[in-house]
Amino acid sequence: MLHTRYLVVGASHAGLEAVTAIRHWDAEGSLTMLTREPHRPYSPTILPYVVSGRSKPERVALKDEAWFAARKVDLRRGEELVSIDTANAVVRTASGNAWTYERLLLATGAAPAVPPVEGLKDVRFHVLRTLDDALALRDAGAGVKTAVVLGAGLVGLHAAEVLSKAGIRVVVVERQAHALPGYLDAPAAEIVETAFRDRGIFLLFGRTVASVQDRDGNPVAVTLDDGEMLPAELLLIGTGVRPVMDYLAGSGIETQQGILVDDTMGTSVPNVWAAGDVAQARAFFGAARVINGILPDAVEQGRIAGMAMAGDPSLKPYVGGLPINTFPFFGRHAVSVGISGEGDPAAEIHRRVDAKAGLYSRIAIKDGRLIGVCTVGMPIDAGVMWQLISRRVDLEPVKEAFVTAPLDTGRTLMSRLWR
Amino acid sequence: MSSYETIAFRAQDCDGCMKCVTACAQAKSGTDDPVHSRISILANADAWELALCRQCGDPKCVSNCPSAALAKDGATGVITWDADQCVNCLLCTVGCAYAGITYDARVGHVAKCDMCDGDPACVKACPTGALTLNTAARIHRRVADREDLFAPGLSACQGCNSELLIRHTLRHVGPNTVVATPPGCIPGMGTVGYNGRTGTKVPVFHPLLTNTASMLTGIKRYYNRIGRDDVQVLALAGDGGTSDAGFQSLSGAAERDEPMLYICVDNEGYMNTGMQASSATTYGSWTSTTPVGERLKGKSSEAKNLPVVMMMHNCSYVATAATAFLEDFYEKLDKAIEVSKTGMAYLHVFAPCPTGWRFGSDRTTDVCRLAVETNFFALWEYTPDKGLRFTRPVARPKPVREYLTGIGKYKHLNDEQVQHIQATVERKVEQLRRFER
Repeated sequence: MLHTRYLVVGASHAGLEAVTAIRHWDAEGSLTMLTREPHRPYSPTILPYVVSGRSKPERVALKDEAWFAARKVDLRRGEELVSIDTANAVVRTASGNAWTYERLLLATGAAPAVPPVEGLKDVRFHVLRTLDDALALRDAGAGVKTAVVLGAGLVGLHAAEVLSKAGIRVVVVERQAHALPGYLDAPAAEIVETAFRDRGIFLLFGRTVASVQDRDGNPVAVTLDDGEMLPAELLLIGTGVRPVMDYLAGSGIETQQGILVDDTMGTSVPNVWAAGDVAQARAFFGAARVINGILPDAVEQGRIAGMAMAGDPSLKPYVGGLPINTFPFFGRHAVSVGISGEGDPAAEIHRRVDAKAGLYSRIAIKDGRLIGVCTVGMPIDAGVMWQLISRRVDLEPVKEAFVTAPLDTGRTLMSRLWR
Repeated sequence: MSSYETIAFRAQDCDGCMKCVTACAQAKSGTDDPVHSRISILANADAWELALCRQCGDPKCVSNCPSAALAKDGATGVITWDADQCVNCLLCTVGCAYAGITYDARVGHVAKCDMCDGDPACVKACPTGALTLNTAARIHRRVADREDLFAPGLSACQGCNSELLIRHTLRHVGPNTVVATPPGCIPGMGTVGYNGRTGTKVPVFHPLLTNTASMLTGIKRYYNRIGRDDVQVLALAGDGGTSDAGFQSLSGAAERDEPMLYICVDNEGYMNTGMQASSATTYGSWTSTTPVGERLKGKSSEAKNLPVVMMMHNCSYVATAATAFLEDFYEKLDKAIEVSKTGMAYLHVFAPCPTGWRFGSDRTTDVCRLAVETNFFALWEYTPDKGLRFTRPVARPKPVREYLTGIGKYKHLNDEQVQHIQATVERKVEQLRRFER
């Protein structure tokens, strides 16, 4: 059995940031990183670009061998976690290897959540979470003329754009009422939807797939809940993800939808931390713990976990997960930070829409504090907005200027407040 | 650790002319369109504000990048952007709290400052000096590999800048040096050593308070006589050992233009022995011999302006320096070392004393900077050939009250005294201007 002081399981953004943070404080303590991936560490966010050919699969690695060597990290690829014995501080992997650890980080991410659809288990369908998924989808796209995408979230829509550009007739089926539910509000989503429809992509909302028809295991069509039949030689499931935590059985680590963590990413069991898409942590708005599931928050949580594991005294506790995302579509961008404020009578919402030009902005302010910004096609400094929200900066004295010119006013506030 | 050059911004010197913005747009796109500028200057109520990449040491834009398009260049410190790798997802902009990496659809890709390969167009275009390229890192690269000739673990007070000054000076002067440290804080902190061991790795001795310059004269002449004219002699003396008891021998050496480097570390009094006043103590200062009571309100006379006195001697080189401006100090040190092979070089270095002046030990460099920015301590150099030159002229000096506030020895000052000091500062700068050519 191998021993390591720090054991980081998962090698995407949360895990890599934790390694950086650990090494800022402890340059020497033995550090092992396990990933079930055969590939060098990459970001799931890059995968649609691998499908489109924009990113070359051999160039998506976030860090090279030299990076790990310089930090004295023993990176083990192809090691899938299967069990944790927290009483004895031992983890075991599918290959039969075992490590004892002093501090353990679970950054195992998430895997596609596949809805129960009749016939689905008998056909070849695609998901998009790993590099191998991306390569398979890229290759499968080459020979087909029709595709159905389940889910109009970030992955589903991005993939739909890529498949459509490859000349495939694409239909997106979404259970909810508009595109990117949870990320964009209705007017912003409408601009995105128009862009997709303008390019011949069919978007069906409020619908689900009831069954899948196949020939020799290859899909040929799907039947929707209202009986409509759509030809589908290629089927992509983009209906969200769920945390990977099947290895937790018997570990005593508390979970709900994800692994429950405190404000330093510690789990209910001593010497075990969790970060990234697997962690369920405090939300910035509201009392419930949530899985925030976005790249910048994985970085934030990974850094906090790494600092806590190494005992770095400059650690500042997590301020809570804030929804924040960017969505590129057909060369344009939607950016959303914070919450919409819809339905909150105390929130004042300043909206500007130019549907024709595809421009949109929504600023939500409550008690003089920014709670959310969403823009389509307009420049905005998302990082500055994130700071304004999470620092609860009082906008009252500059509210008018901020609502009229959020970019310049945000930069001025930044320069003055945290220069 | 490497150290890097940075673009520094002094808001008080910016007049919002936007020449930096145009220069950047030109450099990056060949047009004047500000949308292409990676630096933005923003109007605020009473000042101009800046948004620009900070080239962070622990950059979140890099951590947030899913395509490995951004990286911190270990050699230059610049965060580089690879257009070929970038997928324009904008997640880097989410990570940046400073609006240092931005996206505008008219540009079509994220854009950030790349320091123009070390020669930034914005800095060159700035007419007021608000933007400067801080090249202090070059000092580090130049001298970091040289041996530190000062022993570790010396007992200077917390926040004292003389240790910084001595380590820099000895590294720069090099091992072929004999050092004299007359009574004062510098030998007091262990420079001359204890129990037969010295605090320096070069010969160091402890002359009397009165005879530093004459002893160095003799040592230098002796070495010359035996054919060792490569030996540098260096005085590290306080203001007491220089302008009070040590003055007679210093004046004589200056009159003869003896080849030596004499550095006066001026903390405006006898801070080593209980904070008594010296002739370098400034008007209004509290010291243990110029107390504050019913009648006396600190020192009632002006400080002797020793650098000006030395300028009126026959020295080959006279300059003032402050450790908040190390690049300026290094330039002067270079010249002084060269000059001291044949004549006398006198450096008068400002040394705010947290213990004796009563301010927080974390504020020494701020106090140094404020002294220069208010013209309380002007930075200049003088040679008989070229006259006086201000090396860091202050176009719009801050009111001297900003400097005095927060220093305990000036805490008692009334408005009249502050006005008096302000008038003295202005008069002294006027005096110095007369020596410009």
